[in-house]
Amino acid sequence: MNPLVYFRAGDWFVVLLGGLCTAWLAATFWQGGAAQKVIIRAGGQLFTEARLDRTQRIVVPGPLGASLVEIEHGRARVAADPSPRQLCVKQGWLARAGDAALCLPNQISVELVGATRRFDSLNY
Amino acid sequence: MKIHLPTTADDHRIAKLAAAAIGLTLAEAALPSPIPGVKPGLANIVTLAVLTRFGLRAAIWVGLLRVVAGSLLMGTFLSPTFFLSFVGAIASLAALAAAHRLPARFFGPVTHSVCAAFAHLGGQLALVYFWLIPHAGVAYLLPLFAGAALLFGTVNGVAAAFLLTRLPDTSPPLACADR
Repeated sequence: MNPLVYFRAGDWFVVLLGGLCTAWLAATFWQGGAAQKVIIRAGGQLFTEARLDRTQRIVVPGPLGASLVEIEHGRARVAADPSPRQLCVKQGWLARAGDAALCLPNQISVELVGATRRFDSLNY
Repeated sequence: MKIHLPTTADDHRIAKLAAAAIGLTLAEAALPSPIPGVKPGLANIVTLAVLTRFGLRAAIWVGLLRVVAGSLLMGTFLSPTFFLSFVGAIASLAALAAAHRLPARFFGPVTHSVCAAFAHLGGQLALVYFWLIPHAGVAYLLPLFAGAALLFGTVNGVAAAFLLTRLPDTSPPLACADR
């Protein structure tokens, strides 16, 4: 019995579409897309590196005061920061490798990295 | 006092088909699964054959009866397992309702099966994410589940098409059939 006789013309199309969909999902979620750890820098120096799978809050001191970084459910954010315009706080949760929040007045940066780096560097 | 529920020939046929699907559900539960959450979903072969032969309404009856009665037999009724099956069944029946409208000349049981498998996956993952494990890590397993849905969806579709060539077409169509 040849199983291919049960395929109709459109069935091939649907199976191909399913394959493309699966490949796209794999490319999206497996190619370094999933962030694994967070790197926090203060004043240009590495402050700490933390895994993303443990819920925790990290207080990072800067020239204007302390910033609070929250890590929860595989993502991270700057929960509180003394910078006047609050840009890094408004950025919200960072979830993908390569996402970063910069609190320039307080000289603090929060960056997520995955298995492979998507970018060598980012310029703003 | 004797309670009498009048039943029709359609009811009897749906009950028999649902019993076949429940049998496959129980047989499958006895099989060890290589990866938790990945199951071939053999009972869907019955639902697919019913959809093609007896129409959407009968397929919905068989699909939902299978989930409810199967969970009663396995002792998982109203547990998270049951709700996962139930949401998966609702999502795949919705996909079947849509795929059933495609021209039958080009799209057969394989198309129905693959669409239902992906809808099943989508429904279950949505429930897992919003109810059981609200964690972005669930997405990491998505490609694996999608691959399994594609594989088992295709295999079940071929099995249903094969079954349809062997099932005698002597039985009259259901009165409730919508074709």
